[in-house]
Amino acid sequence: MANAADAHAHDDHGDHYPGFFSRWFCSTNHKDIGTVYMFVSMFAALVGGGMSWFMRLELAEPGLQYLTGGAPDMQFYNVLLTAHGFLMVFFVVMPALIGGFGNWFVPLMIGAPDMAFPRMNNISLWLLIAGLALLLISAFVGSGVGTGWTVYPPLSSSIYHPGAAVDFGILSLHLAGASSILGAINFIVTIFNMRAPGMTLHKMPLFVWSILVTAFLLLLALPVLAGALTMLLTDRNFGTAFFDPAAGGDPVLWQHLFWFFGHPEVYIIILPAFGLISQIVSTFSKKPVFGYLGMAYAMVAIGVVGFVVWAHHMYTVGLDVDTRAYFTAATLVIAVPTGVKIFSWLATMWGGSIEFKTPMLYAFGFIFLFVMGGVTGVTLANSSADLVFHDTYFVVAHFHYVMAIAAIFAMFAGWYYWIGKMSGKQYNETLGKIQFWMFFVGVNILFFPQHFAGLAGMPRRIPDYPDAYAGWNYVSSVGALITAVGTMLFFWILYRTYAAGTKAEQNPWGEGATTLEWHVPSPAPFHTFEDQPDMSGKQPAE
Amino acid sequence: MRNKFMTFGLALIGAVVSFGSAFAGPAGEVRSAPWQMWLQEPASPTAERIVAFNAQLLVIETLIVIFVLGLMAYIAVRFNAKRNPVPSKTTHHTMLEVVWTVVPILILVGIAVPSLKHLYFADSIPEADMTLKVTGNQWYWTYNYPDNGDFTFDSLMIPEDELKAGQPRLLTVDNKVVLPVETNIRLLLTSNDVNHNWALPSLSVKLDTIPGRINETWTRIHEKYAGKTIYGMCSELCGVNHGFMPIAILAVSKEEFEAWTKQAQQTFASDAPPVPMTRDIAAIDNVETVRVADASAAR
Repeated sequence: MANAADAHAHDDHGDHYPGFFSRWFCSTNHKDIGTVYMFVSMFAALVGGGMSWFMRLELAEPGLQYLTGGAPDMQFYNVLLTAHGFLMVFFVVMPALIGGFGNWFVPLMIGAPDMAFPRMNNISLWLLIAGLALLLISAFVGSGVGTGWTVYPPLSSSIYHPGAAVDFGILSLHLAGASSILGAINFIVTIFNMRAPGMTLHKMPLFVWSILVTAFLLLLALPVLAGALTMLLTDRNFGTAFFDPAAGGDPVLWQHLFWFFGHPEVYIIILPAFGLISQIVSTFSKKPVFGYLGMAYAMVAIGVVGFVVWAHHMYTVGLDVDTRAYFTAATLVIAVPTGVKIFSWLATMWGGSIEFKTPMLYAFGFIFLFVMGGVTGVTLANSSADLVFHDTYFVVAHFHYVMAIAAIFAMFAGWYYWIGKMSGKQYNETLGKIQFWMFFVGVNILFFPQHFAGLAGMPRRIPDYPDAYAGWNYVSSVGALITAVGTMLFFWILYRTYAAGTKAEQNPWGEGATTLEWHVPSPAPFHTFEDQPDMSGKQPAE
Repeated sequence: MRNKFMTFGLALIGAVVSFGSAFAGPAGEVRSAPWQMWLQEPASPTAERIVAFNAQLLVIETLIVIFVLGLMAYIAVRFNAKRNPVPSKTTHHTMLEVVWTVVPILILVGIAVPSLKHLYFADSIPEADMTLKVTGNQWYWTYNYPDNGDFTFDSLMIPEDELKAGQPRLLTVDNKVVLPVETNIRLLLTSNDVNHNWALPSLSVKLDTIPGRINETWTRIHEKYAGKTIYGMCSELCGVNHGFMPIAILAVSKEEFEAWTKQAQQTFASDAPPVPMTRDIAAIDNVETVRVADASAAR
């Protein structure tokens, strides 16, 4: 094991790395843990993405072509759409943006040697991996979880989902939730206590701000999910009746509890993306972020308002009309801070000297997707308009644009931006740009026609559809194919980067890259900032 | 609201979406057409409002997207590293920041006012001329006409291999819900098992059926839809056959409706159970009966 004397010996051989098992399985190092998170996310993305491509394959033509194993197996379709949602939310986006980039770069950006609780960091990682294992097992237990990621009772109750599959799903989310709560505590303590001297909160890079706000959302939202999941677990197994109307319970109670967690959850996904895009836009425009304080507090505002809008997911459950009026008004309010962010990104680029490298292309693409999904969000905020849009493909198109694909764009942007720092190898710029354009064209052909299918009335979560919807579904599936090829190209680029990438410079992006991670060598050494840099007198870091 | 600018916008959008025949379902039927890009034909007062409101929203949102995309295109051309090698260092402009906070607020207020008007219109139920009770089941609907002889029947999807020529796949049912035009219809919705959602796009009716609860809404079908079939589909994931429990309403004149109810009382009298029951789960029939009865009493 490394001893203190070795760790402090500044010799040319760099740091003392532990053996393979100690390093990757027992790690307490924020960089190694971040790396493992990244690869867990990529594995889950292949599984969850594979599921969505299978669904698009089935939906490419009317009728059931691929779900037939003797008799058509519609439960399998429901299992796929459920697992796709769980995987993408809990095991792809969160591990990459928060676990991966958060772990890697929050300590580096604030000049801290590591996270505040390195061992807790390790258990966060392994709870998540255990949760992923339980979720994958749940698909093979009995007939699987076919409830949608929202797990609404009574469909998720023991009468309509007998067998242990839903219980596996519940326990999987419990573990993932515990992992996130511990991670959130770790980030909050780290950011509040371990910033370099002179780096006040108002000088922190916006990515650190975004992780801080996200950590608070996690800390407040996930215990509510944990409580609701426990209630469902005891309903299913121990004879309680929280959600069973026959014994005085109420299925709508679940929806309130779930969405009290679920709506902040979508901001948990997108806020780190906001932070990341701010860093990248600033770097490649060679300008500091425009309206830094506005940007930071817009994220805080989005986080706060995000907790009081949950019932806009429930406009059709029969809520009182005044309640729906309130949730309509509150939901519309969110457009204001998100508008501030979009215009501030544009103003940051305005007057800049922009290098359209791959990360910047992805940041540009992110802004486009977020605006597209944002304006359809304004439509869906209206409880009146929801009378036609609820549970249609319009909603599917909306949230994939604004949250899912936007988050994936931020993940790609972050990967291309930081891979040099993480691996010491630089990606191939030409291939990166080709990959961006394939992915950008693919996702737009995939999701834009779904607006039309939704307007025309096509419901979500159906394995087959009336023939009138065939046209747009076919176009959508072609888009999915292009996206799939773009994804494969990414994994090729990933492989080439590690196998034969050029040596990354300490700062490949030039004068615009001012945050602290560009002040350490590439790849970042095993231990960094054992002596904290003095940041007093420095300007707000972007 | 209806200034010249808005009218122009609506006309523009009307022109764009008429590609793919905006409101043209097949003759005699109200459902979506191939390559349709717009909402289904509005057949109720609520739906007319919602379609018009959505057109207004689309105008506003299209303008916002064009504005932002225009800025992005300008930035990409004007401020790339080749055209603009020396970046400015501007990071603040208070007036600009105030403007881009206040203008969106004004736009949102402009949206919220009509939005809430339509919401209250859709919710305030006028004096009802008749009531239709809708009960969701896995995976079919049960309909009851309490004011017209209190008969009850089930409505199931016709499987693909039993369809007759011209019947749409996944939408055709064995027993259509017959409803009179120009009549205020109170809708009472509940479920026998899991949550479903009784959704008719062209009526702008979309409400969950939830066990233990009775949800209430209303509709009124325009006269010109007499003789037409209006289609919808279950819109809340309800299990294995969620995609296979369509809704089909046959709108008829008041006279035809009177005649039909008399006939229906005979047709559905013999086999209609007093309370609709879940067929597949015999063991919990008693619980279900109590559940529906309790819910009615609570109401």
